[in-house]
Amino acid sequence: MSTKASRSAARLMLAPAVILLLGWMLVPLTMTLIFSFQRYLPLRGGFQGWVGFENYVRFVGSSAFWPAVQSTVIIVGGVLLITVVLGILLAILLDQPMWGQGMVRILVIAPFFVMPTVSGLVWKNMFMDPNNGLLSHLWRFFGADPVIWLSDASMLSIILIVSWQWLPFATLILLTAIQSLDSEQLEAAEMDGAPALSRFRHIILPHLSRAITIVILIQTIFLLAIFAEIFVTTQGSFGTRTLTYLIFQRVLESQNVGLGSAGGIYAVILANIFALFLMRIVGKNLDR
Amino acid sequence: MGQIVLEQVTKSFGDVTVITPLDLTIDDGEFCVFVGPSGCGKSTLLRLIAGLEDVTSGEIRIDGQGVSTIPPAKRGLAMVFQSYALYPHMTVRKNIAFPLRMAGLDRAEQNRRVEKAAEVLNLTDYLDRRPGQLSGGQRQRVAIGRAIVREPAAFLFDEPLSNLDAALRVGMRLEISELHNRLGTTMIYVTHDQVEAMTMADKIVVLRAGHIEQVGSPLELYRAPRNLFVAGFIGSPKMNLIEGAEATKHDAMTIGIRPEHISISADEGRWSGVVGVSEHLGSDTFFHVQDTGLGDTVTVRAEGDVSFKHGDRVYLTPRDDMIHRFDAKGLRIG
Ligand SMILES: Nc1ncnc2c1ncn2[C@@H]1O[C@H](COP(=O)(O)OP(=O)(O)OP(=O)(O)O)[C@@H](O)[C@H]1O
Ligand SMILES: [Mg+2]
Repeated sequence: MSTKASRSAARLMLAPAVILLLGWMLVPLTMTLIFSFQRYLPLRGGFQGWVGFENYVRFVGSSAFWPAVQSTVIIVGGVLLITVVLGILLAILLDQPMWGQGMVRILVIAPFFVMPTVSGLVWKNMFMDPNNGLLSHLWRFFGADPVIWLSDASMLSIILIVSWQWLPFATLILLTAIQSLDSEQLEAAEMDGAPALSRFRHIILPHLSRAITIVILIQTIFLLAIFAEIFVTTQGSFGTRTLTYLIFQRVLESQNVGLGSAGGIYAVILANIFALFLMRIVGKNLDR
Repeated sequence: MGQIVLEQVTKSFGDVTVITPLDLTIDDGEFCVFVGPSGCGKSTLLRLIAGLEDVTSGEIRIDGQGVSTIPPAKRGLAMVFQSYALYPHMTVRKNIAFPLRMAGLDRAEQNRRVEKAAEVLNLTDYLDRRPGQLSGGQRQRVAIGRAIVREPAAFLFDEPLSNLDAALRVGMRLEISELHNRLGTTMIYVTHDQVEAMTMADKIVVLRAGHIEQVGSPLELYRAPRNLFVAGFIGSPKMNLIEGAEATKHDAMTIGIRPEHISISADEGRWSGVVGVSEHLGSDTFFHVQDTGLGDTVTVRAEGDVSFKHGDRVYLTPRDDMIHRFDAKGLRIG
């Protein structure tokens, strides 16, 4: 793709895809923008006039806004921490030659194939149920009082469920990165007198830094939008109302499309700030 | 100090035996070269000595001490890998200092030694670059730098020059020989390259399929190859190996004569043939002579720019005192 002719041909052929993608993004985004400046209540006849920035002010002004931002950040941060740390450990483990490697790898990846709604329900009913859940049986077996997960440790529960879902993704990306590490580098480090822990810190971790940033970047963008896991478990109560969930409540429960749209635009801005910030880190990491 | 002794060392991967029982002594300060065809176990042998692989049986001694249970880092050896295996995210300075840092030396001492090594290897201007910003030869020198700062008992090189172009190889070859002369440290050097083996080695070990065919100085191997394999392997171009009636005349199954020990003339000689391909190197010319009735094409070296053309009839005379004789088993006679 270096001559002028091949470059313009490439542009021409890319055009349909780019236009489609742009349309896909731009139409909903524009509609959200338009709604956000309207007073729009579907149950009371829909459009009720333009209101300027009133929706934006009201959304931020509501007492639910800052707690929602806070829980969003806690959930995203918690999940990132757990998936990256465990992902690295699992990736190292899976990289070791062992019996039944193929099978184990498939099992590790499996949670990623489970739909969020299903996994939320499975965790809620099979693991975290205070009476019949596996975890409560476990607690009782050791003579402890079962934790009422979804209300007493609601945040932790959501983080656990979402981490369980995203761990395979992180593991997979980190595993491929570890496999691309030149084994001679590790051998050289071994001959240079580096014990296992130093080899991890000085060779493996720097080698993984790129993959780790990519995992963080991609996961953040998806985690900002988690919804099903909250919807089927706590329904946003017990402090688990994220920004996404708040928007959902404004639009569907309070039937206020304008207010919800304003929230949506805030979410877009927040995601972009995150993405920009992360891109710069990735850029720095990709440069060398 | 750096005497390395291998006693009845074997190595198998699963049920594939890569090294058959092997004895070898490498003296302190010696430059020892392992040569052999691809897949004969040169790298494996080096990795056994380094401790990156465990021996299946037998014993390796470094300065008289058995090292089977000693981890690679404690054997006092430094290895230079074929791929250099530099740490891509560290600067040259940090790469070279890494073994010192792992040994827990203080910063000042680290810097002193790194700078000394950099000076020896002409790397002073590149200390703050990353390996990705260096040429192949410079990377090679960094890899060597990382090895020398540890002041090891012996260096292990696994085909260190095979990724470099011809001119750079010659340069690096001299630099490594120079380094050996200056440090006087034992070096074990694996190579495919004839010229490297012949020019650098104090002692050449010719390997085939996991066992030693012959050990000796370059000239010993050149003058008195112990069998047909070594005869064919050492020397470039290859020795001419002739079977049949001509060999029987010398009471041998096979006779060998090197291209440089045959004289070529336009009018008289013992064998006659027709010139095929000729290779002019300027200093020498190699003629591949066909239809001599001796079986294969015979390669002949003539000094300077002798001009025979393709299809010319020529006469060849081997130097009788330079004929190598081999018996039916391929072993040297006399
Ligand atoms: N980890 C391993 N598992 C199984 N077989 C191996 C392993 N490492 C090497 N071998 C085999 O051992 C033999 C010797 O390998 P080695 O790498 O020592 O060859 P080499 O002489 O260094 O060849 P080259 O000149 O091509 O580098 C080869 O046949 C190779 O297939
Ligand atoms: Mg090799």
